[in-house]
Amino acid sequence: MTREIRRDEVRKLVDAGAQLVEVLPSPEYEEEHLPGAIHVPLRRIEAQANDVLDHDRAVIVYCWDTA
Amino acid sequence: MDGKVDWMAAGLPTEGTNTQHPRAGDLARRDVPTCGLNERVAEVRTRAKEKGWDAAVVVNEERVVFGLLRSNELESDAHVLIEHAMRPGPSTFRPYVSLHEMLHFMVDHKLESSPITTSDGRLVGLLLQKDVAEAVRKELEEAKKK
Repeated sequence: MTREIRRDEVRKLVDAGAQLVEVLPSPEYEEEHLPGAIHVPLRRIEAQANDVLDHDRAVIVYCWDTA
Repeated sequence: MDGKVDWMAAGLPTEGTNTQHPRAGDLARRDVPTCGLNERVAEVRTRAKEKGWDAAVVVNEERVVFGLLRSNELESDAHVLIEHAMRPGPSTFRPYVSLHEMLHFMVDHKLESSPITTSDGRLVGLLLQKDVAEAVRKELEEAKKK
């Protein structure tokens, strides 16, 4: 199940153990990302998700903005 | 979520190479005096001067920025209400804006100071052009040494 959340809930979920995933290209991730976020570029997310994500924890995926 | 830009605009911590360089939010002076719309110039001027400032930011109870008082406004008629004396709706910038970008804008627009706010308009602090210029100068000197 997916749903949209705001930054306050992001902080709460991360504190509770959620995984943060940035899907932007590598240069943007390397320049700046949320604390503790892992990097899975959007075009590789289907191929890599199973390998890098823990199925038992919530996953928060983000990009640059809501557009 | 609203994305990385919303997180950064709120002044929340981030990681990565960009964080090695100070940005607008890092240099913004948090101790800038603030005041409300219904105060009078005299009391705000006194409060600002006591703290060694010749500027103040006009905010509401939630610290949302309404206006700015620079030295000219603070020297105006003592009895005037702040809402009539202030510069309303000043240009505000987000905490993640680079110092180079800030310096260019402030010099081009002859701004001695600019409020730094979160994306919902809450005051982070007041950025002074002289602080930005000094930080950029130091950064360029460091880069030359490398």
